[in-house]
Amino acid sequence: MSHIWPMFNQIWLIPVIPLVGSLVVGLMGRSMRRGSVALIACGAASLALLASLASFWRLLSLPPDARVLRHSLGSWIASGELSVAFGFLFDPLSATMALVVTGVGLLIHVYSIGYMGEDRDYHRFFSLLNLFLAEMLVLVLADNYLLLFLGWEGVGLCSYLLIAFWFERPAAASAGTKAFLVNRIGDAAVVVAMIWMILLFGTLDFQTIFTGAPATLSHGSLAASVLSLLLFAGAVGKSAQLPLYVWLPDAMEGPTPVSALIHAATMVTAGVYMVARSAPLFQLAPVSLEIVAWVGGITALYAASIALVQTDIKRIIAYSTISQLGYMFLGLGVGAYAAGIFHLMTHAFFKALLFLAAGSVIHALAGEQDLRRMGGLRRSLRVTAGCFLVGALANAGIIPFAGFWSKDEILLAAYASGHRLLWIVGALTAAGTGFYMFRLYFLAFEGESRLTPEAASHLHESPWSMRLPLVLLALGSATVGFFGIPPESGVFHRFLGPSFPVSGHQGGSAPSPSGIGLALAALVMAGAGILMAFRYYLRDPKEPEALAERYPTLYRILVHKYWVDELYDDLVVRPTMAGARFVSASFDAGLVDGAVNGIGSLLGSAGALLRRLQTGHVPAYVLSILVGAVVLLGYLAFHG
Amino acid sequence: MDLVLPRIDWAPLAAMLPVAFGGLAALVGDLFLPAGRKRFIPALGLASLALSILVSIGLWGTVRFSVNDAVVLDRFALFSYLVFALVSILSILLSMDYLDASAPDQGEYYSLVLFSTLGMMLMAAGGDLIVIFLGLEMLSLALYTLCGFRKAELRSNEAALKYLLLGAFASSFFLYGIALIYGATGTTVLRRIVAFLADGRPPSTLLLVGTGLLLVGFGFKVASVPFHMWTPDVYEGAPTSVTAFMIAGTKAAAFAALVRVFLMALPTLQVQWSAPIWVLAVLTMTLGNLVALVQNNIKRMLAYSSIAHAGYLLVALVAGGSPGATSILFYLVAYALMNLGAFAVIIALQARGQELLSVADYAGLGFRRPVLSACMALFMFSLAGLPPTAGFMGKLFIFSAAVEGHYHELAVIGVLNSVVSVYFYLRPVVVMYMNEPAIERPLVPSSAAAIWAVALSALGTLQFGLFPGRLLDLARQSVAALGG
Repeated sequence: MSHIWPMFNQIWLIPVIPLVGSLVVGLMGRSMRRGSVALIACGAASLALLASLASFWRLLSLPPDARVLRHSLGSWIASGELSVAFGFLFDPLSATMALVVTGVGLLIHVYSIGYMGEDRDYHRFFSLLNLFLAEMLVLVLADNYLLLFLGWEGVGLCSYLLIAFWFERPAAASAGTKAFLVNRIGDAAVVVAMIWMILLFGTLDFQTIFTGAPATLSHGSLAASVLSLLLFAGAVGKSAQLPLYVWLPDAMEGPTPVSALIHAATMVTAGVYMVARSAPLFQLAPVSLEIVAWVGGITALYAASIALVQTDIKRIIAYSTISQLGYMFLGLGVGAYAAGIFHLMTHAFFKALLFLAAGSVIHALAGEQDLRRMGGLRRSLRVTAGCFLVGALANAGIIPFAGFWSKDEILLAAYASGHRLLWIVGALTAAGTGFYMFRLYFLAFEGESRLTPEAASHLHESPWSMRLPLVLLALGSATVGFFGIPPESGVFHRFLGPSFPVSGHQGGSAPSPSGIGLALAALVMAGAGILMAFRYYLRDPKEPEALAERYPTLYRILVHKYWVDELYDDLVVRPTMAGARFVSASFDAGLVDGAVNGIGSLLGSAGALLRRLQTGHVPAYVLSILVGAVVLLGYLAFHG
Repeated sequence: MDLVLPRIDWAPLAAMLPVAFGGLAALVGDLFLPAGRKRFIPALGLASLALSILVSIGLWGTVRFSVNDAVVLDRFALFSYLVFALVSILSILLSMDYLDASAPDQGEYYSLVLFSTLGMMLMAAGGDLIVIFLGLEMLSLALYTLCGFRKAELRSNEAALKYLLLGAFASSFFLYGIALIYGATGTTVLRRIVAFLADGRPPSTLLLVGTGLLLVGFGFKVASVPFHMWTPDVYEGAPTSVTAFMIAGTKAAAFAALVRVFLMALPTLQVQWSAPIWVLAVLTMTLGNLVALVQNNIKRMLAYSSIAHAGYLLVALVAGGSPGATSILFYLVAYALMNLGAFAVIIALQARGQELLSVADYAGLGFRRPVLSACMALFMFSLAGLPPTAGFMGKLFIFSAAVEGHYHELAVIGVLNSVVSVYFYLRPVVVMYMNEPAIERPLVPSSAAAIWAVALSALGTLQFGLFPGRLLDLARQSVAALGG
C-alpha cells in the first residue's frame, strides 16, 4: 500500500477517475448488467473521494502557510504573449470543495442506485453523473480561469442533460433549455472578464493575476470594480441569484438525485466558489463587494418569501437553496470569505439531505410532489421523517445543527462590518426560513393523512441504498458545524485562512457578549418562524386559508413568485422573437416562401423561372447592395 | 514592339499545380472511365489535394515573389492553402455518395471543385489586385455552375441563376475599385501600393472610394450585411454538398484576400476603413443571428449562421494587426471544421435521396443514430462557441484581438451575439434528444465517405478546442510578415 500511496495522492487523478468512469459506463453500459453499471459509477466516485483524501492528507503534512499543491499536465496554450497551462491547484479552498463534491457526490451516487432502479436509461444516468463529477472537479481544481471555465461550461452541459433526463416530459425538456440559456447570460460576462484579464495580465493563471492585480489595478479603481462585477455576473447566473435565478426552480424537473447533487450541493455553489477564489480581485473593489453583499442579502429574503406559499415539495427546497446561496454571497460580500465557504459546506450536507429525503417521499408516494396530498407520513416513513427533521433544523439554523454555526457567523460578520441593515435582512430571512421549512415538515410528515388512495397503497419506506445516504447526511448535518467552533477561529477557519486575503473583518476573536446577543436574536427569529408554522399548519390547519383570504394581494404576489417569469417572458423572450420574426420578414422573403406556392406551375419552365427572378427578389437584393455601397462610399469619400 | 515576358519563378506556383492538373485530369478521366469506375475521379481529386498539402508543407518558411510580384509565396499563403485543401478534401468526401444517386457527370463536378479551390489559392497568393480578381472569378464561375448542378431541380437552377446575376453585379464593383486604386496609385501590385502609401501623404478620395468599392465586392463574397441577401437563397437551393463547400471555402478565400489587401497593403488607411467595417461587423453579426433564430430549415439556419460568423470575422479584421489576422486564420480553420462537419452529418443522415432539412426531421435521432447525433451536437456547440471546442477558442481569440485593439464595445457586442446564437444552435440538439419522431423512418446505412468527413471534422473540432496552441502558433507565424 505504501508504495501506491505516493502515486494516488496526485491531484490530477481526482477529476480523471470519474471521467474514465463516465466513459466506460457511457460507451459500454448498454450491454452491462445494472449492478455492474452501479458498481463502476459508484466505484469511480469512491476512488475520487479517496484520491481527494490522499491529497488532503498530503496537504495537511505541510506547514499551514505552505499548503499549496500544484500539478501541471503541460502547457495548454502557449502562443505569443498568452500562456495557459493545463494545471491543477490543491489548496485549502480547493481541498474543501473537492472533499464536499466527492463526499456528497458519492452518497448521491449510492442513493441513485435505488432511486433510479427502474429507469430504462440507467447507464446514461450514471454516465452523466460521473461526467458531472469530473467536470465539477475540474472547476474547483483548476489553477487558471480558462480551465475553470471549461469545467464551468461542462457542469452546465451536464446539468442541462440531467434536468432534461426525462425528456419525454415537455416540462423537463424546456426546463433544461431554460437553465442552459439563462446561464449563458452570466457566462458571457465571464468570457468578457477573461478576455480582459488576458490583456491586463497576459495569462489567466490565478497566482499571476492575484499577485499582479494590486499593481495593475489600483485599489478602488473603476477597472477593478468592473472586472470583479463581470465575474460576479457569471456567479449570479450559476448560483441562481437575482435577477438570473429563474432557471433553478424549473430545474427541479430533473430526477431528485440530480436536484440534490447539482442544484443544491455542488454546481450551484460554483459561483460562490469563483467569487471566493477571486477574493484578491474583489478585495480591490469595495463597490463590488458591497454589491455582492446586497444582491446576496436581497436574494436570500426574496427567495425565502416565495418559499412561504409554494406547495410543491421540491420547489420549496429549491427556493430555499436560492435563499441560502444568498447568505453565502452576503458573507463573501462583507469580507467573511471563510464564513461563506463554511456555509457552503454545511449547506451541501443539509440541502442534499433535504432533497434526498424529499426524493424518498416522492419515491414512496409514486411520484406525488404536492404537499396538499401528503400528511402524516412520519408513521410509515420513520427514517425519512427523522432525517428530514434534522435537515430542516439545520436549514432553519437551530443550535446545535450545522446551519446554525455557519449562518450565525455570516450574520455576525455582516453586523460587525457595519452592515446593520443587511443583518436585519438576514434575520428576517431566518424567520422566514424557520416558517417555510417547518410548514413543509408539518404538512408532509405530521397531521392527518391526505394521501390519494393510489399513493397510500404504494406507500413504503425506501430501500437501504437510499436510507443509508440519508442517515449519513443527517449525521453530517448535525455535526459538521462543530468544525466552526468557536466562530471565526475554529479548525475550519484556521485551515481555510491562508486561501484568502486578510480583509478588514477577519481573524479570530473570542465570542463577545454582543455577538452572543445577536446569535440569540437570530435564533429567536427562526424559532418564531417555526412556532408560526406549528400554529398554522399543525394546531389549527384551517388558519392558513383564512390568512390568505385576509391578505389576498400579498398572497397572490407570493404564489405567482412576483410574476418575474412572466415579466422576463414579456420583456426579453417575446420582444426578441418578435424582433427576429420582423427582421426575418423584412430581410428574408426568400426562396421558401415564394417558391413553395408556385413550385408546381413553375416546374420545368425556364422562361417562367426567369420571369420570376426578374419580377421577384433579385431587384430587391440588388437594391440592398446598391444602398449599402452608396452609404459606404459616401462615408469614405466625405468623411474618410 | 518588344513584348517582355516576365520571368516566372515556379516555386510560388508549385502548390497550385497539383490542384490544377487534378482538375484537368478529372475532366479528361471522366471521358475514358467506364461507368462502374467513376469512384476513381474523387479519389484522384483527393490525391491531388494531398499532393498539394505535401508541397505546401515542404515549402513552409520560404518567401518568394513570382510573375512580377503578382503571385506571393509566404507562410500566409501556405497556411491558407492548407485551409482550402482541408475544405476541399472534406467537401469531396461528403460529396462522394451524395452525388451517386443524382449525377452521372461526376468528372465535371470534381473538376469544378478543384478549379474553384485553385481560385481560392490564387486569391490568397495574390500580390496583385488583378490576380486576386482572377482568383475570385475562377472561384465564382466554378461555383455558379456547381450551384446549378442538379439540372432537373428548380431550386438548384434558381440558386445558380441568382448567384450568377448578383455575383456578376458585385464583381463589377470589385473591378471598378481596382481601376480607381490604379488611378490613385499608379499600380495594382500590393507591394507598390504599400510603397506608394509609405510617404505618409493623406490618401486621396479616389483611393478611398476605390477601397470602398473593393469592400463592397468582398462584402458580397463573405456575405456581409447588407450585401448578404443572396446567401440564404443560394445556400438553400444549391445541392447540400455544394452548400457545404461554399459556406466554408468562399468565406475562407475571401477573408484570406481581405487580410492580404486590408491588413497587408492598406494598413495605413485603417483609420478610414475601420469605421465602416465596424458597422458592417455589427450589422452582420446581429442580423445573422437574429434571423437565424426563426429558421426551421436547417440549411437556411446554417446560411444565416454563416452570415453571423462573417460578422465575427469582420470584428477580427477591424481589430487588425497581427492579433486580428492570427485570430482570423485560426477561426477559419475552426469554422471550416464545424460547418463541414455539420453538413457531413446532414448528408450522412439522408435516406434514399430524402434529405433531413427541417429541424423537426431530427426528432428522436439522438437515440437511433447516437454517434452521428453526438457529433452534430458537438458541431452545434462549437458553432455556438462553447468549450471545449475549436469554435470557443476561435471566438476567444477574436474577441481578445478586438479588446487588444481597443474595440471593447465590439467584443461585448460579439459576446452578446454569441449568447443569442446559443438558442438556435441548441434547437437541433434539443429536437434530436428530446422530441419523439413524428413518423418512423427506416434506418438506412450512411455513406462511409461522409462518415469519414464527420469523424475528421469532429476530431479537429475537439483537437483545436482542447489543444489550440500548435495551430495558434502556426497562424501567428503566418501573419508575422504582415507586421503588428
